[in-house]
Amino acid sequence: MKRVLIIGATSAIATACARLWASEGCDFFLVARNADKLEQTAADLKGRGAKAITLHEMDATDIAAHPAMLQSCLLALGQIDVALIAHGTLPDQKVCEQEVSVALQEFANNGTSVIALLTLLAQQFETQRWGSLAVISSVAGDRGRPSNYLYGSAKAAVSTFSEGLQARLFKVGVHVLTIKPGFVDTPMTQGLSLPAALLAQPQQVAERIVAGIARKSPTLYTPGFWALIMLVIRSIPQPVFKRLNL
Amino acid sequence: MSEPLYSWGRYPRTAQHGHACPWIDGLTEHMHKVIGQHHTSLPYGNGRSYGDSCLAASDQVLHMRSLDRFIRADWSTGKIRVEAGVTLAEILAAAIPHGWFLPVTPGTQFATVGGAIANDVHGKNHHLRGTFGNHVLRFGLLRHGETALICSATENTKLFAASIGGLGLTGVINWADLQLMPVRSSQIDSTVVRFANLAEFFSLSAELDHQHEYSVAWVDCLAKGADTGRGVFIVGDHARYGSLEVERGSRLKMPLTPPVSLINNLSLRAFNSVYWRAHPGQRTAKRSAYEPFFYPLDRILHWNRIYGRNGFQQYQCVIPDANAQAAMGELLSAIADSGQGSFLAVLKRCGDIASPGLLSFPMPGTSLALDFPNSGDLQHVLFPRLDAIVRTAGGRLYPAKDAHMSGSDFRQAYPAWERLEALRDPSLMSRFWKRVIL
Repeated sequence: MKRVLIIGATSAIATACARLWASEGCDFFLVARNADKLEQTAADLKGRGAKAITLHEMDATDIAAHPAMLQSCLLALGQIDVALIAHGTLPDQKVCEQEVSVALQEFANNGTSVIALLTLLAQQFETQRWGSLAVISSVAGDRGRPSNYLYGSAKAAVSTFSEGLQARLFKVGVHVLTIKPGFVDTPMTQGLSLPAALLAQPQQVAERIVAGIARKSPTLYTPGFWALIMLVIRSIPQPVFKRLNL
Repeated sequence: MSEPLYSWGRYPRTAQHGHACPWIDGLTEHMHKVIGQHHTSLPYGNGRSYGDSCLAASDQVLHMRSLDRFIRADWSTGKIRVEAGVTLAEILAAAIPHGWFLPVTPGTQFATVGGAIANDVHGKNHHLRGTFGNHVLRFGLLRHGETALICSATENTKLFAASIGGLGLTGVINWADLQLMPVRSSQIDSTVVRFANLAEFFSLSAELDHQHEYSVAWVDCLAKGADTGRGVFIVGDHARYGSLEVERGSRLKMPLTPPVSLINNLSLRAFNSVYWRAHPGQRTAKRSAYEPFFYPLDRILHWNRIYGRNGFQQYQCVIPDANAQAAMGELLSAIADSGQGSFLAVLKRCGDIASPGLLSFPMPGTSLALDFPNSGDLQHVLFPRLDAIVRTAGGRLYPAKDAHMSGSDFRQAYPAWERLEALRDPSLMSRFWKRVIL
């Protein structure tokens, strides 16, 4: 029976992961912005086998609120076996190119707030010398593409930060996992025209994440074929890459 | 955006555009938006209806699968409230560890609760427990431009009856309260015996059905002459001794759609003979996990692709008791003559428990179901012949499986259709309803 902390708990990928853990009978501390959605998510997980669930309303970009959240979490769970950071938004790149304030806000949503949480949680995991810290980054962070580079740069920051943290915490027996999903069929991507052949279901992605945490993978592309796609994309030379409209 | 949606038989091959709503509170507004844009729509669950009953006349469906949350579950009483897009498999996964099972389950666990209500599905225990609708305590119903309703045997009773088997036309079911059935284990104790002809099937059914929770028969749809209606009779009960385990059996996957159907006269004839002979002539006790017992085809994801690009049609009819044996003989002879059919052909005696639903399919009698790879021949030769036999025998076809029945046959077989039409939400319209009503 694991004790699981999820930040961004009402997101589709987080919910799908939580359902898999719920069926094992885990305890949860769920964090999200919207109290209503949190309640609905908790009721669903209860139905599917979750034991104790504690809810915590928090906007992840409110960095001053992070320590109190962690305190309540430790009070409820005692220790954290798995932490999953899953919150995020999909910025409108065009708007980010025109409005500095929007660009920085989106960078905070997807980058800074995640780094703040990782920093805080790293201290806890370092004390515990135990557990898995998983963070959802994105394939978008592997390369700066013209269609999506604000989001991509925030995720690149997360991936690199997480890689460094991995090397630091590995020495004390703590597992850090960087998750890089491709296109997933979630409310976040609704309205985008994504190639159907590449579109994964949240459940499919979640199965891979939960398995990756269980076997302590360092990095996880999900679905797996994205490792190959990104290998190709990373190896496109700059002079060619800048002429593409990816 | 997500992939285009089809019905399970992939015929008619009319792509549906799915509009998903992630949270139940937003459904009224979501429905308002979709209907505002496209005039009419239709709730679509997980696409397990075979024909055109799950296809919207506007080809714009409300994709309900994303509403897949448990709302509450009381494991001391077995009463659960779930959103309409929860699948039967998800209910089993949650309920079995607590000693509960679906009181009625169709042959796939991938149907949604909303779909199970809208088609008033039944299963191998129809003779004892009736249809899915018999176990629905209440549900929420959203009608375009009206306030949200709650329907049960005591509230909004007309809409309750019309929505059970109402093919999604009376409104959008957003959640439902279900009463589950207690079980001691998730395994099934079964007894299997083969039978040589239809007369033997009917005598086995008369003898064994009332002694067992589940009863069904596989029939060799190509056997002719004296062998007509030979098959394998299967009865089962939840095992008294065993464990409460959720099965996540390994799944195979049909990776692509072949250009032509892999089911043809040769492969079918060979399979059926071997399959029949492989079963014991004496009643033989067996032990089975629940998945292979209830859901043999769920093992192969996308099994519908095996019928090739043209898709397939299922023919499922029920014939009233008085004419059942004679009519089944005629139906099976006609099918054997045609040389077409499917591995899985199912004979089942339905019982006399009345469904609360207006347009429920089962009636006291015998039901036959089998799949056919699509062909022009089917539409113009075999199906008209089968329809004539069903009509004469006073039977009817199952809308959830249908892509061909004539409007006059439908209206004759389901006289309550006018009451459903009167209660239909004018903003909801399916290709099926348009075909049989107008």
